[in-house]
Amino acid sequence: MSQDKTTTTATPKTTGHNWDGIEEYTNPLPTWWIWGFYITFIFTVVYWLFYPAWPIGDKFTKGIPGLHTITYKATTVDGKEVEKTTHWNMRSKFMHEMNEMEGVQKQWFDKVAAMSFEDVSKDAELMQFVNSAGKTLFSDNCAPCHQAGGQGKIGFSPNLTDDHWQFGGTHDEIQQTIVHGRKGFMPAFKEVLNEQQITQLANYVLSLSGEPHDNAFATAGAQLFKSEDAGCYYCHGADAKGNTQMGSANLTDKIWLWADVPAKSTQESKLAEVKRVITGGLDRGVMPAWGGRLKPEQIKLLTVYVHDSLGGGK
Amino acid sequence: MKHDKIERNLGILLIFTMLAISAGGMVEIIPLFFIKETIEKVDGVRPYTPLEQRGRDIYTREGCYLCHSQMIRPFRDEALRYGHYSLAAESKYDHPFQWGSKRTGPDLARVGGKYSNDWHTQHLIAPRSLVPQSVMPNYPWLAKNDLDYSDITLRLKALRVAGVPYSNSQAEYERNVKDFGEDVAKTLHIPDAEKNLVAQAKLGNYDTDPSNITELDALVAYLQVLGTMVDFKKYDDDYFVKFR
Ligand code: HEC
Ligand code: HEC
Ligand code: HEC
Repeated sequence: MSQDKTTTTATPKTTGHNWDGIEEYTNPLPTWWIWGFYITFIFTVVYWLFYPAWPIGDKFTKGIPGLHTITYKATTVDGKEVEKTTHWNMRSKFMHEMNEMEGVQKQWFDKVAAMSFEDVSKDAELMQFVNSAGKTLFSDNCAPCHQAGGQGKIGFSPNLTDDHWQFGGTHDEIQQTIVHGRKGFMPAFKEVLNEQQITQLANYVLSLSGEPHDNAFATAGAQLFKSEDAGCYYCHGADAKGNTQMGSANLTDKIWLWADVPAKSTQESKLAEVKRVITGGLDRGVMPAWGGRLKPEQIKLLTVYVHDSLGGGK
Repeated sequence: MKHDKIERNLGILLIFTMLAISAGGMVEIIPLFFIKETIEKVDGVRPYTPLEQRGRDIYTREGCYLCHSQMIRPFRDEALRYGHYSLAAESKYDHPFQWGSKRTGPDLARVGGKYSNDWHTQHLIAPRSLVPQSVMPNYPWLAKNDLDYSDITLRLKALRVAGVPYSNSQAEYERNVKDFGEDVAKTLHIPDAEKNLVAQAKLGNYDTDPSNITELDALVAYLQVLGTMVDFKKYDDDYFVKFR
């Protein structure tokens, strides 16, 4: 340790510089510190042996060959699994880490991938995995639209926790929805129908869900619904129960997605909501396609999660 | 005494200080210009279209980078949440790049295609209407401000000087056709920039209001292209290891 020069009697060494009477000591650095400094030099040499380090022309050293390698399993474009060994680097280390994790999760994902939807649903142990992995996947990818519990948001995205499915509620249909995405489209009727016709149709639509409505208008609306003039039946069906192929809403199930009828308190405002949808049409709701973003086994797991855990198995 | 001279002469002191400081930087950076092995050979990366580029300018203007990074590190947890790690090649036309390390919100390097235009529109105007616990600010003015694209050719010309291959002559256009294909090359032609910008905004209708072109149109067009240019299905899953 260096001594505190202010308390010693010996004259301390100085640099000889004198700045208006202020002098500068030249005390030696502490020995332990100097040694620390030398050790960092030794460390760099060791580092060069183990890790990518020095540039040489258009290449770089990759450590002593064979001294510090990483072995990982990779999948080729055509699905073959190959084992490779490379010098240490972040990306091969990453491959190795992914292999390790897959080693833990893979057995479960493999099981899900190999079994039929029905068998997965019945396997209580597997469903525990589906629930925890599904919850994570759902939070990262689906919750921003369908909300944290999958309850959806009126005017934006459908509720996935009820047992009503616009695009079909079987495992296969839900899988289709997730892989390819969905987009319901309904044309605007403001050019095709006049104000009175739209009022009649809206009253009919309200009557289907037992909402307050005008009976005379609703009767006329029912005719119109099935007529060529409006052609609603073409997409929603003569019974107004919708068609899962095109996602045309079931208008009789008291579930509203785009016309926020339940939130309106008066008959007039409820009517205005439905009229708004018929007048302007629907070209907004887009369910993105996940086929390119998530792996097939992740999608299969999400399908089971949506169908059995959120949707209650229907 | 020599040291004395340096310390008493501010000009010389400054020059020597700069030399001493830059030595470290030069030793680290200059060799990278010559290393060919780490340059990723990958298809699909192209410069931004005029509309996307304008959206990118708004992204930097609003300081979105203060909360969002655009670089997925090669770590397991990042891959699980965001997708394939980012490649250097994917930001080669970014001036300045948006890699960042501050993540108050999620990384956006692969947010393109994850959500609908509708979602982005509503989320930028009022994030908490979709993600109740979000701390992201509201950006309602983006939907109200008309997009100013009067200077789009100047902006692209400036980037061209920085090395982004926007074309300003027939010869450069032909080169782009060879490098990127005809469809992309057309969008990179500076004399057509304004026309292309309007056409893409009309066709894409990014802010879900077809009546006008707003700053939101441009920003959403930019967000929707992030991380979508490289088709990773075309490569072995360890293909990019060899560039390190
Ligand atoms: C950008 C917002 C958005 C995201 C993200 C999103 N969805 Fe959707 N989803 C929608 C919309 C909107 C619809 C309704 C489409 C329509 O009616 O036109 C929908 C419909 C669905 C349906 C069909 C519902 C029915 O009644 O038939 C299912 C199932 C579904 N989504 C599951 C998912 C899953 C699982 C994820 C996550 C991988 C997800 N969604 C992510 C917006 C989204
Ligand atoms: C081209 C097919 C098509 C035609 C024709 C059509 N619809 Fe629709 N309609 C749809 C689809 C698809 C949806 C769901 C849109 C979505 O979810 O994105 C829908 C939704 C609705 C809704 C909203 C339901 C809700 O949950 O909020 C109402 C109301 C409605 N239609 C009424 C009508 C009436 C009345 C007519 C006749 C004037 C009509 N539709 C004609 C396809 C059609
Ligand atoms: C104060 C920090 C902050 C700023 C500034 C900010 N964001 Fe965010 N952002 C967040 C947070 C937190 C989230 C996650 C919650 C959410 O989805 O709202 C988020 C989420 C997002 C998402 C969804 C990402 C995903 O994968 O779910 C997008 C897209 C986004 N922000 C874009 C932007 C854009 C564009 C800007 C600039 C106009 C911006 N953000 C500015 C904090 C911020």
